[in-house]
Amino acid sequence: MAEQMRNDETVIQGLKKLYRKYGYSQFKMSKFEEYDTYVQNKDFLISDKVITFTDTNGKLLAMKPDVTISIIKNSEDSENTVQKLYYNENVYRVSAGAHAFREIMQAGLECIGAVDTYSICEVIMLAAKSLGVISDSFVLDISHMGYVSGLIDGAGFSAKEKAAVLSAIGEKNLPQLVSICKEKNLSEEMTWKITGLITVYGPIREVANRLSEGCVNEETEQAAEELRTLCEVLEQNGLADKVQIDFSVVNDMNYYNGIVFRGYVEGIPTGILSGGQYDKLMEKMGKTSKALGFAVYLDLLERLEEPGDGYDVDVLLVYDASAPVSEVFAKAEEITNSGKTVLVSASVPESLRYREKFVWTEGGAAK
Amino acid sequence: MKTVNIALPKGRLGEKVLKMLDDAGFSCPETKENDRRLILESADGSVRYFWVKPSDVAIYVERGAADIGIAGKDILLEYSPDVYELLDLGIGVCRMAVAAKKDFRDRTDKTLRVATKFPHIATAYYEKKGRDIDIIKLNGSIELAPILDLSDVIVDIVETGTTLKENDLEPKETIVPISARLVANKASFKFKNEQVKRVMDALSKQCAEKR
Repeated sequence: MAEQMRNDETVIQGLKKLYRKYGYSQFKMSKFEEYDTYVQNKDFLISDKVITFTDTNGKLLAMKPDVTISIIKNSEDSENTVQKLYYNENVYRVSAGAHAFREIMQAGLECIGAVDTYSICEVIMLAAKSLGVISDSFVLDISHMGYVSGLIDGAGFSAKEKAAVLSAIGEKNLPQLVSICKEKNLSEEMTWKITGLITVYGPIREVANRLSEGCVNEETEQAAEELRTLCEVLEQNGLADKVQIDFSVVNDMNYYNGIVFRGYVEGIPTGILSGGQYDKLMEKMGKTSKALGFAVYLDLLERLEEPGDGYDVDVLLVYDASAPVSEVFAKAEEITNSGKTVLVSASVPESLRYREKFVWTEGGAAK
Repeated sequence: MKTVNIALPKGRLGEKVLKMLDDAGFSCPETKENDRRLILESADGSVRYFWVKPSDVAIYVERGAADIGIAGKDILLEYSPDVYELLDLGIGVCRMAVAAKKDFRDRTDKTLRVATKFPHIATAYYEKKGRDIDIIKLNGSIELAPILDLSDVIVDIVETGTTLKENDLEPKETIVPISARLVANKASFKFKNEQVKRVMDALSKQCAEKR
């Protein structure tokens, strides 16, 4: 049957169903947003280039490069409830390779308000299940900014050195990290703990219990505890095999504070899902609540092999001028009723791939 | 077992790495013959090598056409690809340097004209120093630029300094030391972890022995 949905269509349906099942409601936003909204938090955006234009009243508007910031802006602070929202929107930003603006379809969810351990676990479970909607072969890498920054602070790195340490961790650049530790004259034990941020990775159930060995302060202890709880939940959901702890997922510390994560599916060379807890961004935007969420980059799905048999249509029905229209109609109807797809055309379209062809002339159909 | 795709830089460095991999047991019988094919596959199908322009290695790896690759640190600094940098191979050692004519005196009251193949590295370096520069992007024969007064200085790779000397230039400042690195695609590192680790461990052992 030539009737398949494209990857992104199936995936969007699947994701919507998944998020609704857990009580998330859709957030629909306008295409434009005031430019000011982004200007203060430019670093939060994946690319800081924004398409701007002047509205009829002179206001500077932007084609939205990001959804999270708009959702935060529209959210209300709440001490004891959480707002659960999902979205499926086009955003406009510069793609890394092309150096040009592109329209990128993005789906995702945000959980805003009194975020607690339950909400965190739920969001991560949903992130893993989102990847599952796309492909059976996926990996969700999880890191914890509290753990990473706790360790870095514990070792006494300055703000400037911190950036170098983070970039080495992000690249898994062990020689670089070792030389940074040496320059800083760290003890052997501390160096071991810091380099552990690169060398220790793997399935969450194996790594989560080893994290306490590397702890240096309350911040790291707390983070390790959170990861252990998360591990239990994932184990319960049968997702623990697909989730790994990998501290090379480093998001900007000015925005993210807790768990951060990135998802990969086999066949797509870059991360397709990215998210984390961003209480600090909330703070910067004048909110007191906590929040976390993630986005799925649906434009990348094009890279995946489409399921299908290589045919555009099951039947090609070619008619010539002498064929009565009503008979051609009836024939087309008959074909669709049999569950096949049909393309009716007066000539054979070039480069169309079809299973069978009927030619309809005055006398009737001939194969 | 999944095949690991390895992008090697054409030239001496790539051949050296291929020799190291060969010694480590990832051998390709064909590689010993002198042929012009761009793709070589090991007999057991565990590895596939391909030869690419050195400055393209990072792109092949970032976009997943190659799972791992060998790239100079200069390329990684210039293009900052989104890849893992797993190993410093300690070969292909040189440095990124500022060079100029022997009698060159830096006049800070003028915009400095910098000719280079590495505009990003040069810009970042002078930005850190707070120096106003004019970048002139060239693709080769960089040494010519100061001689013809196209630029005041050049930013380029210096290995022994012979080319500079022969053209009456000399290195003035070192920007950063350079050597060959093993880089890996981020997704491949997850889905072919075992195979990538095998190559990585083998290379790391070879490097340790050579040091």
